Amino acid sequence: MTASEVQLDDSVGETVVNVTCTVNGKSVGFSVPPQRTLMDALRYDLRLTGTKTCCAEGECGACTVFVDGVAVNSCLILAAEAEGHDILTIEGLGEGEPGGLCDLQESFLEAGAVQCGFCIPGQVMSAEYLLRSNADPSVEEIREAMSGNLCRCAGYERIVAAIRITAQKRANR
Amino acid sequence: MREEQVFTHVPLATKGDPRATTGAPVDVGQTQALPNRLEESVEAGHGSERGGLAAVGASIRRYGGDDRVTGHQMFLSDLYFPDAAAVALVTLPVGRAIITKIDVKRAAGMPGVVTVLTAADLPQPVPRFGVSHQDRPVLADGEVLFHGEPVAAVVAETFDQADAAAREVDVTFIEVEGVFNLEQALAPGAPLVRDPSLRPADDENRNSNVLAAALYEWGNTTAAASEADVVVENTYTFPMVTHFPIEPVGVVAVPTDSGGLDIYSPVQHPYLLQQTIAKVIGLPLAQVRVFAPDPGGAFGGKQTPRLEPLLAFLALKTGRPCRLVLSLEQTFQMTRRAACRVTARTGFSSDGALVFHDLECDYLIGAYADVAPRVTTKGPYVGAGPYRIPNVRTASRAVMSNTTSSTAFRGFGVPQVAWATESQMDAGARRLGLDSLQIRQRNLVSSGEAFFRGPYEATADGHWHESLEKAAELIGWGLPLPPNRGRGIAVAIKPGPVSGLSQSLVRFLSDGSAIVYAGTSDMGQGARTLWQQILADELGCPLDKVKVVSGDTGIVPFDLQTSASRSTVFMGNAVLEACRDIRQRVMTLYAESTGIAEELLSEAPGVLVTPEGKMSLLEAARTALGPLGGEFVGQGTARMRGREGHPLGGDAAFYEFNCTAIEVEVDFETGELLLHKHVSVSDVGAKLNPIQVVSQDEGASIMGLGHSQMEQLLLDDHGVIRNLGALDYRIPTFKDVPVELVTYGIENHDGPGPYGSKGIGEGALLCTAGALGSAVSDAIGMPIRDLPLTPERVWMTLNQAGAHPGGDESRQVQ
Repeated sequence: MTASEVQLDDSVGETVVNVTCTVNGKSVGFSVPPQRTLMDALRYDLRLTGTKTCCAEGECGACTVFVDGVAVNSCLILAAEAEGHDILTIEGLGEGEPGGLCDLQESFLEAGAVQCGFCIPGQVMSAEYLLRSNADPSVEEIREAMSGNLCRCAGYERIVAAIRITAQKRANR
Repeated sequence: MREEQVFTHVPLATKGDPRATTGAPVDVGQTQALPNRLEESVEAGHGSERGGLAAVGASIRRYGGDDRVTGHQMFLSDLYFPDAAAVALVTLPVGRAIITKIDVKRAAGMPGVVTVLTAADLPQPVPRFGVSHQDRPVLADGEVLFHGEPVAAVVAETFDQADAAAREVDVTFIEVEGVFNLEQALAPGAPLVRDPSLRPADDENRNSNVLAAALYEWGNTTAAASEADVVVENTYTFPMVTHFPIEPVGVVAVPTDSGGLDIYSPVQHPYLLQQTIAKVIGLPLAQVRVFAPDPGGAFGGKQTPRLEPLLAFLALKTGRPCRLVLSLEQTFQMTRRAACRVTARTGFSSDGALVFHDLECDYLIGAYADVAPRVTTKGPYVGAGPYRIPNVRTASRAVMSNTTSSTAFRGFGVPQVAWATESQMDAGARRLGLDSLQIRQRNLVSSGEAFFRGPYEATADGHWHESLEKAAELIGWGLPLPPNRGRGIAVAIKPGPVSGLSQSLVRFLSDGSAIVYAGTSDMGQGARTLWQQILADELGCPLDKVKVVSGDTGIVPFDLQTSASRSTVFMGNAVLEACRDIRQRVMTLYAESTGIAEELLSEAPGVLVTPEGKMSLLEAARTALGPLGGEFVGQGTARMRGREGHPLGGDAAFYEFNCTAIEVEVDFETGELLLHKHVSVSDVGAKLNPIQVVSQDEGASIMGLGHSQMEQLLLDDHGVIRNLGALDYRIPTFKDVPVELVTYGIENHDGPGPYGSKGIGEGALLCTAGALGSAVSDAIGMPIRDLPLTPERVWMTLNQAGAHPGGDESRQVQ
């Protein structure tokens, strides 16, 4: 880690860490207090607010992002730990796709999986991670893989359907 | 404009797909993309109200869906206010305390701190607010009445600084004895949550913790006891549960240049918030503008103001935008559903007919009234269920406690009492040798028949037996079961809204696009999609040219509230009327502009019919407006005045009826439940957007399993909530969904909403607990009367002393 330490006026006396990493394909740099989570750095330092905050303790999955292709709860890792790594957030997932939506995001809408939408970015990221590791997941495998993402509105069935629809689309591609 | 609206029934074109609205996850109904409906409407419009409907009744994709799947939807905490200061709250680690001193000196000197506010800095006496009682102080005033009640607020440049300084606010307090459950609150000599001197002198309950009471009575339950062949008497409990929206609560208050306030809060009732802020601060309504970003889940928990007045004072004091976003743990401390204990005594004749039903319902409502007195009035109103019962007595009490205040929560007091009534139906059936379906078939009212008697009689506004029979069919009632399995079935009703005003404005623009202004908060139910569909059909607009504006009291006309499943019916009718108003205006101006007598013209969805033939409404509008162009503005109003003397303030506009049936397997070694099949059948009137109906009912079903199977807030001896947050408070996950979840909507086009629709979305959790309890008792041969049905509780029941399958708990009175 190439973190340098400087004192900032708005700190409560602690030092800050300079971080350089790749976010959605672009190289970015930011300075944060050492205790700042990746979730907060994405939301408040980079203003990528598609990554959501709910429980902030790794139980709900609303803050799910990819780090080097692996889905993680961004509330459970420090921003400083992102140094040199490759981050993909919900904003980057559909980038360059027609209408800005990838096939999975499209499927969420087709299946009626979206109600309030607050959990949805995290759901989409976890679902994408599942489909990249298992192209044709069974309903049981979907329920297992997605069990770290809470939804309070829609009762999960539509999300399972969205993942199945996407798997079929990708198989026929 | 109708003042006292009798909702008109406009039947939906009978082109709907009658198949079950869902099935196994793979066999999913899919939404439709956005076709251009203009030509279709013109083609289909034959002057009939039914002909032009193309978007309504189809599973149109959710309005605003793209932003939600891409992360671009801006929820409250996503909004950026460049000059905003951060707010942190100071709370105490006890449920009840007297505050003797608050020393803010150290905190005020911390880096970045702008100000620290306590009750002493507020106008005196400290302003209080609330819906039924103005009892909630802006900040704790000398005493703390529940764990999590804010005693001070720190404003700083950053959240970290505010948080750090909040920990340095020195509060000296004396913990005093509180009451945290019904037993404590109702015990003789119990500490009183509310000082009697603050209550009206003529309030007979002022020297107790009972804040409000309701009584519904017809016939004579005491006298009827001798007519009953079987009497069952039991006590049931329902836990304290929390809404757990995935979006925690947040609010931003911004002082305006003209001395007013802009309040940003993801509320269900922006207009109530506007009124509250205006009153508490002393501003005209026109100086308070509420922006309500779409709630990220609400379920009743984001209806009433709680922290907004505090933020308003902070913004005025600092002259800066002040931003507060709570943690999930703090959100739990803001609101919850009332716990409840119901003692029920029920009599049946030997043929299974209900003879009498007597209910004593005690709801534990918390420290401040919020809307709890309404919850504890409206839920027990249908406490006796959708049954034909000649003698009923339902007594209900709202019992205060030193706990988080309870409020509206999907079902609004019904799930608690339905748990008792439905369990009693099963208890009676077991004694009579009937099954759970038979006893309900025997007693469920038919369409038009009274389930609430007396001068304010209420009758079934749907063919509810259809739902019961459909659920029985879908669950496979009566088919043989493998070992360790049981089936249960239950029914319940909930009264819809009884009064109130919803208004809408629609602008029909010169390029054929349209803007609808409708104050309904879109918190996931998809209200805006319905307005889009209605406009598409009624005005002949392409769906993608309809824009919906909501969540801004500065430009959107008044809507009473987004609750009680009212929006489809009330706002839906207002939007529909606004569209028809536009058609009338187009026709009138067309006549004036062309010289064709208006009597020779007629209008229909999307078209104007002239002596020469049909033309699109857009073409007619352009001709009518002439070369200088313009637009048409239509207004719609839906209003129910209520009914004087009625115990609810008026007759319900509709009832939500649901029948839920569950097949469960019980692991006798561990007490764990495996739900093989869960069927929910709702009487929905008409599905304006079938996939949204399915999604609502699936969501409600799973939420119902939450309070039935796992959810409960646990308090320690100090009134401190022990399981704050997602780690310790379990809600259903993907892995808790039944193996097969089936929802079905009965459509008879008999509702008061547009095209015969009714409100939906709450029905599917009203009797989830009853159905699951029924299934579990069928499997293990013993009833359980306390929720949730955790593995521990099931195991304890199976292993209690003297337990034996089929053992009957019910006391035979005769």
